[in-house]
Amino acid sequence: MVLEDDGVERMTIVCWSGELDKVWPQYILATTGAAYGMEVTMFCTFWGLFTLKRPEVKVTGDNWMTKMLGTVNNERLSHLNFGGAGPKMMRSIAKRHKVAPPDELIATARELGVKLAPCQMTMDLMGLKREDLIEGIEEPLGAAAAMSNMQRSKINLFI
Amino acid sequence: MTDVTQTLDASGLACPMPVVRTRQAIDQLEAGQVLEVISTDRGSLQDIPAWAASTGHRLVEHNDGGDRFTFLIEKA
Repeated sequence: MVLEDDGVERMTIVCWSGELDKVWPQYILATTGAAYGMEVTMFCTFWGLFTLKRPEVKVTGDNWMTKMLGTVNNERLSHLNFGGAGPKMMRSIAKRHKVAPPDELIATARELGVKLAPCQMTMDLMGLKREDLIEGIEEPLGAAAAMSNMQRSKINLFI
Repeated sequence: MTDVTQTLDASGLACPMPVVRTRQAIDQLEAGQVLEVISTDRGSLQDIPAWAASTGHRLVEHNDGGDRFTFLIEKA
């Protein structure tokens, strides 16, 4: 089946990282794309899925490897870590310059109708179910559905 | 003098919020109505004209007040 051109401008961001210094640009560009009138889809995979997880849900996994994922706080994975000081420092600098914090940007993205699509395979890896994720997001999908989106998008980013 | 329908004060907001809020404000207007945007983000000087050009809205005028920037945008 060939999808017909429906005149909608699309943008897809593959959100792979959960690091603070990458979640920021993911959502800055998503909200800006939405402000441009584009239909924006964020395909949240690997660490990028953490932004869609309910904060109280712990990643349990079903073996030692996936269990280990749960012990990783992805914000601490940042290359600008400095023993945990990195993200804190960045937040404080950003606050001083009045940059919206990620949670506010995520809320704005949702307000603007940005589609947040969780990766099913990552959910399986991390032992996460649909109800472990926040409400109002898309149905979980795989690489092919993401690919179809990318094929129809003018702008595709991997962050 | 252009008739301003609505004013959006985006002072104190950093990228990308002036453009995002501008979009949200203009969505509330009718075609031909004019939105005034006030921003303190220097990036807005490039961002708002670029956004207007891409979305088809007309930038009627913009003023560089040094640390305060104003824009008049007519909704397409």
